[in-house]
Amino acid sequence: MSLEKALTDLRRALGPHNVITDPADLLCYSYDATADVPTQRPDVVVTPESTAHVVQVVKIARQYRLPIYPRGSGTNLSGGTIPLRGGIVLATVKMNRILEIDPANLTATVQPGVIIQDLNNAVAPYGLLYPPDPGTVATATMGGSVAECSGGLRGLKYGVTRHYVMGLEVVLASGEVIRCGGKTVKNVTGYDLVRLFTGSEGTLGIITEITVRLIPAPQARETMLAGFARLADAGNTVTEIIQRKVIPATLEIMDRVTVEVVENYAHIGLPTDVAALLLIEVDGIPEVVKYEAETVREIIKKNNGWVKTAENEAARENLLAARRAALPALAQRKPTTILEDATVPRSKITEMLLALEEIGKKYDLLIGTFGHAGDGNLHPTILADARDEDEMRRVRAAVEEIFRVALSLGGTLSGEHGIGMAKMRFLPWEMGASGVNVLRQIKKALDPENILNPGKMVDLAQEEEQK
Amino acid sequence: MSLLNGMAAVKEEIIKCMKCGNCQAACPIYKELRLEPAVARGKIHLAGMLAGGELKAAPALAERFALCLTCLACTAVCPSGVKVCDIILAARAALAAELGLPFAKRAAFAALTQPKLFRAGLKTFARLQGLAFRRLAPFKMKPRFPLGLEMRRVVPPLATASFLDRAKEKYPVEKPLARVALFAGCLNNYVYPRVGHAALHVLQANRVEVVIPREQHCCGAPSIYNGATGMAREMARSHVDIFGSLGVDAVITMCGTCGESFAHFYPRLLEDVPGYGKKARELARKTTDIARFLYRLPLDKGNLRSLDLSVTYHQPCHLGRGLGVVKEPVELLSGIPGTRYTPLKDPARCCGNAGSFSLSHYHLSYRILGHKLKDIAGTGAQVVATGCPACKMQLTDGLTQENMSQEAMHTVEILAHAYGFAL
Repeated sequence: MSLEKALTDLRRALGPHNVITDPADLLCYSYDATADVPTQRPDVVVTPESTAHVVQVVKIARQYRLPIYPRGSGTNLSGGTIPLRGGIVLATVKMNRILEIDPANLTATVQPGVIIQDLNNAVAPYGLLYPPDPGTVATATMGGSVAECSGGLRGLKYGVTRHYVMGLEVVLASGEVIRCGGKTVKNVTGYDLVRLFTGSEGTLGIITEITVRLIPAPQARETMLAGFARLADAGNTVTEIIQRKVIPATLEIMDRVTVEVVENYAHIGLPTDVAALLLIEVDGIPEVVKYEAETVREIIKKNNGWVKTAENEAARENLLAARRAALPALAQRKPTTILEDATVPRSKITEMLLALEEIGKKYDLLIGTFGHAGDGNLHPTILADARDEDEMRRVRAAVEEIFRVALSLGGTLSGEHGIGMAKMRFLPWEMGASGVNVLRQIKKALDPENILNPGKMVDLAQEEEQK
Repeated sequence: MSLLNGMAAVKEEIIKCMKCGNCQAACPIYKELRLEPAVARGKIHLAGMLAGGELKAAPALAERFALCLTCLACTAVCPSGVKVCDIILAARAALAAELGLPFAKRAAFAALTQPKLFRAGLKTFARLQGLAFRRLAPFKMKPRFPLGLEMRRVVPPLATASFLDRAKEKYPVEKPLARVALFAGCLNNYVYPRVGHAALHVLQANRVEVVIPREQHCCGAPSIYNGATGMAREMARSHVDIFGSLGVDAVITMCGTCGESFAHFYPRLLEDVPGYGKKARELARKTTDIARFLYRLPLDKGNLRSLDLSVTYHQPCHLGRGLGVVKEPVELLSGIPGTRYTPLKDPARCCGNAGSFSLSHYHLSYRILGHKLKDIAGTGAQVVATGCPACKMQLTDGLTQENMSQEAMHTVEILAHAYGFAL
């Protein structure tokens, strides 16, 4: 009954075309890109077209005690957008305008529904670049990637989303609108709320406007593919490149399983007798690029590897094709693909890779590992079949062990996919009870009624039940 | 997999979808609507629920599955290699079996299965169409009344004499390089007969002997794509009978969708029909698009005259992603002396026609076309070549409404012109 009233209010506030209630349509907002998590149909999906609309939705949600689940393109890998407790899915897809490109201040201001690639296409004519480069760059929204603080292939040299967010407009759970940060490089006014909301996974506020930093696009680049017969040689190469003060834009690794699967799938002429492949790209000023590429080649040879350098754009595409084919090739092996992102300090990459091989053997699972070796962010990809309960039990046990190993090596549960609902119960392993309690206090301060993305990151409802 | 086995046959395909959402970047409909049910991932989820019995057949659900151009763009970018189109077609068939096809579509498809009646009806219409349509130019007209068509829509008139009316059954040549059968297809036959005559002209100019079986009819694509698989199977069987016994080197199609019916769908429709499986595979193997056939021939370039023409090329979805005919039309066009070819930025993006989709969703179809028109305008070309009569119709509608000077033509029309064929 009260839901019907809420729907009437939502239709009045946003217009009926922005309120979706057809049961079949609602089912399409019950999932995101995360494997092996529950799905749940929301009661309603709204597509606000402005900050004012978002405020209205928050007010109506409070009035009728409905949870709000903010959603961009639904491409996250932590169950971050699944409407676990029904209620309202707030899809930002219609707030998709690039509001300003400011070449003098090297910033762009966008609405949350803008696709990352669209922003990059828009700033390219100015010779500028928005560096965060997650695998979903062609589909993910800016709002979603700021809320998840996504990373990507350029993390090592250029950092991740949080290093580029300068200012935000946020609608709070109270319905108030705040602005924090701005276009200035320096800003120490108050607590760093921009960093707080970046990576808050929609649990603290709804991001309605984003100002990001842009950088001059690099003038030149050189791309190399290196192969190694021993995993340790690949690992040492990674470490040594950094020690020699070369910071590649891209430094990606693929393990033996991944290389074999990629070659079987794409037939691009990869040698399948290698223990690991590295894809390395250095970029910047032409003279520097030349020097850095020389250094990289020297290090590869010293560590018993072979190297191929792309002579032109077509050859570069060929080399990148191997890395791009990693996930598709693995995904085609079995119906269910569990993509983890446990991350370790760069110097521990070799240990982590060896541990992953062991875990695969121990639980009798096919695990292909590829990822961002340069920043220690690996993607062990477990291939399974969700219909095989026994196998899925082994998958879950293996995932737990991956987390334990990563933490024991001084790493973290999640490098770039976020906690969401998938990793919530592991939080105390890394943060301790007191650490998790700090998250709880922050959540309570900003969303005391627990209406924003409830059931993610920290679960206030669970706490209430325990009292 | 047989196309007739319903949802059960696509269960494995549905499970393969890992919901990554990459299809969002490729789907022309999603680009316009930005709603999850509009994109492959959403429809695959719904198909899964339909297959599992958690969703019941309902008109609203049928409408979700109608919202697909079957342009195959999602399949091309899918990391898991999900055959999205198979899932969509299976769901449409399952829903049509329970709910029935909408009446207008049912009547039209029934007529397509009865070629004689259909031909007689269209002939009558061709004579009387002036009553219902206002002519803008010799090959363009607009509806006088709503008629189920958008009033602003520019449609071509039906030809007073279809291609099959005027074409002979056999065109022998001295010392033929090859013997082929020509399949006209409905749109080329009734609306753009010049395409058929152009193909005939080029084939003869290159010493290819052509037979044109009189009894040929609709390829069955409208039935396949709208879930009327039973009807489609009858048409497939009939064409296997008609074309299977000719002993030709190739069966030539002039439309990617017709080509896909012959080459991809007939074997799957007929694999369980006794005595037809092998014959259907044989016919599929011989089926060749006109551009690919001419490219492989190779063409006699000595007789080509120079055309002072700037041309671009729109790649039809079923011809390019469906049949893999990508470089051939471009190579043929670039090979004509004097012709300047400028590629579109995104030649493989769907034009939005998708057959009956443009009738049932005209506004959306036209919005999708808008991107193509902008791309065409950017090339400065005088002519847009394409390999599909439905694309040609769609492009002509848009170019006319937007007062653009370009003309949309079939690749083979331009080629024929270079061989002296009068346009």
